[in-house]
Amino acid sequence: MIRTVDELEKNFQELSKMARGYRMRILVCGGTGCIANGSLEIYKKFKEVLRQKGLYTDLELIQEGREGTGVAASGCHGFCEMGPLVRIEPNGFLYVKVKAEDVEDIVESTVIKNEPVMRLLFCDPAEKKHFLREEEIPFYRRQTRLVLKNCGKIDPEDIRDYIACGGYRALAKVLTEMTPEQVCDEILKSKLRGRGGAGFPTGKKWQQVFSQDSDVKYVVCNGDEGDPGAFMDRSVMEGDPHRILEGMMIAGYATGAREGYIYVRAEYPLAVKRLQTAINQAREWGLLGKNILSSNFDFDIHINRGAGAFVCGEGSALTQSIEGFRGMPRPRPPRTVEKGLFGKPTVLNNVETFANVPSIILNGAEWFSSIGTPESPGTKIFALTGNINNTGLIEVPMGITLRQILFEVGGGIKSGKKFKAVQIGGPSGGCLTEEHLDLSMDFDSLEKAGAMIGSGGLVVMDEDACMVEVARFFMDFTQRESCGKCVPCREGTKRMLEILEKIVSGNGTVEDLELLNELAEVVKTGSLCGLGKTAPNPVLTTMKYFKEEYMAHVIDKRCPSKVCRGLARPVINREKCRGCGKCKRICPASAIEGEAKKPHEIDQNRCLRCLACIDACPFDAIREE
Amino acid sequence: MTENISCRNFEKVNDILEKYDYRPSNLISILQEVQEIYRYLPEEILTYISTAMGIAPARVFGVATFYENFSLEPKGKNVIKVCNGTACHVRKSDKILSTVRETLNLKNGAKTTDDMLFTLETVSCLGACGLAPVVVVNDRVYGNMTPEKVVQLINEIMEGSRNDQDS
Repeated sequence: MIRTVDELEKNFQELSKMARGYRMRILVCGGTGCIANGSLEIYKKFKEVLRQKGLYTDLELIQEGREGTGVAASGCHGFCEMGPLVRIEPNGFLYVKVKAEDVEDIVESTVIKNEPVMRLLFCDPAEKKHFLREEEIPFYRRQTRLVLKNCGKIDPEDIRDYIACGGYRALAKVLTEMTPEQVCDEILKSKLRGRGGAGFPTGKKWQQVFSQDSDVKYVVCNGDEGDPGAFMDRSVMEGDPHRILEGMMIAGYATGAREGYIYVRAEYPLAVKRLQTAINQAREWGLLGKNILSSNFDFDIHINRGAGAFVCGEGSALTQSIEGFRGMPRPRPPRTVEKGLFGKPTVLNNVETFANVPSIILNGAEWFSSIGTPESPGTKIFALTGNINNTGLIEVPMGITLRQILFEVGGGIKSGKKFKAVQIGGPSGGCLTEEHLDLSMDFDSLEKAGAMIGSGGLVVMDEDACMVEVARFFMDFTQRESCGKCVPCREGTKRMLEILEKIVSGNGTVEDLELLNELAEVVKTGSLCGLGKTAPNPVLTTMKYFKEEYMAHVIDKRCPSKVCRGLARPVINREKCRGCGKCKRICPASAIEGEAKKPHEIDQNRCLRCLACIDACPFDAIREE
Repeated sequence: MTENISCRNFEKVNDILEKYDYRPSNLISILQEVQEIYRYLPEEILTYISTAMGIAPARVFGVATFYENFSLEPKGKNVIKVCNGTACHVRKSDKILSTVRETLNLKNGAKTTDDMLFTLETVSCLGACGLAPVVVVNDRVYGNMTPEKVVQLINEIMEGSRNDQDS
């Protein structure tokens, strides 16, 4: 139980001193990705082997004076492609693709002799060399990990690890040294902007809630990370849950709220579990509940699990869902800061936004605004996925260029293919192309380019991707997720999807493109919430930057990337064809003709584009044109 | 093992309602826990909940049909979720999906196999994009899937359940 600020400081000193009792500490990644690859078995094996050899220790044993090697299942290290990951402290070795069989070797070489196990080190395919330490790997070199500072370095299920890293000291600082107004001012001065996508100044939001005259106010943390291709919030919730709690408590103090809710999507069971553990521990330690650190400040936090509705990432839909209704957005005003959850003034911020708060309070607004760009200070976490060599989570300063992200951090396009486009911000965002490679990645520059940071998902597409098909994919998503309240969104997205399906199946016309454009405008202007307002973005940006691909689909009836099956044309190579007749027999439309032992021919008018003939040909004589 | 409703055993539902204080704002959490027991939301349980909580059945049905996680139909013993998020889609998740459909012989959009052994669902994103394409079977995540791997996985589960029956 920590009752006062002095006690917190004492615990911090003691715990960080005790952490030095670890001669070495093995951090096995316990994020969703690495667990899927068997990291928990590795964690157990380490414990077992170290115990057998009498090398094992933990905080309780250190208290008894037993130094040794500790093991912890940490949060996500970000380099998911290379998982399961194992990091060794203090020397910073990073082992990739570790298996349970490697544990003995690591203990023998690294723990006992302090030597690396070469075969488990990351080998960069471009630079063709091994990297000893995490920080040296190109994937990490360009990153600035502030929000993810503890992710992968602490045990998220042990509050003592967080306190040893200076956790809850920002809370202590606001409770003892700052008035609520000062906290709001500091956040405003830092120019922290909402990391959920829109980029609204966080300090301004807090001030607005602070100035509301109401006995009851709420703090809501939006962890409904629905954008397919984004998983930064999941990693922070799983890897450093106390940081989010601390950020929410500071928001509560600054605005006068006494209760907080975290809304986590149902697809993230591990995040729910870790957050619940963190809340329970914080309560036990007296850091949540009544009279926190003897300051008369009360605060408690609840978790609400989502039930699978993308639209609930939208503020007013989210509060509806917490209240137990269908998650449908409502018209504004009144805004959430005036009438939010249960009709009370509410601070609603995203996970990453709250996770930024403790460092700003501890290091000051000036420090924060020295990182990134003047109007978008700080860092942003991006989820780098798709056809790129290094997939994973990256935290980079705002203002970095897309080229740096893709080619320095991301290690370039997979299999040496050519870069085509990157979809930023999920189904609400837009696509960026080669001409944007040197664009500064910040809120305002991206908006000017017709895209948005959104949640921060970056899905990389190479030359093989068909942009019309990508647009269809996103439209299919938003169409399914539309809550149905606004007719333009409910019906419009469905019609847009139909047109796109018509185009990819080879039946589109030039008029369809015009209609698509017109509908896009209607959906954009006629919808209440962000889902509908941004739903046409993928279509509009792909139409803008890849017009020729749309044209090829509707005029030439051809898919340049050979993705859309409805447009594929099988053609027989007359020189290779032996006239065996296999294709003729398998063709369901009887579109293939020819005499035995003479080259056959496909009647394109009758062809159904099923491409069964290609697989049937034993001589590899049929190809898509 | 999934259905005890035939014996009208509402006791567990009562416990859940009690735990959540019959409060309408907890409706979603209540339905989530009920679904954990029955693996879907049987109609008579929904009407029972609305009466017990004193709210309109329309509200309970409205919520149950709005959210994708709630199912009004019984689910198979094993739930296979194929992720069709952007990252998985770009890495050809549709081939995985069609392979699962074929292997389980699910036709015309059917979700559950006739023997009630499997239910196939698609999800938009599981947040394990680094391992795309991803398949989740009974809450266990399998990454970097290929059509071959998914067939093998299904065969293993089928074999496992056959062994269960034998023993």
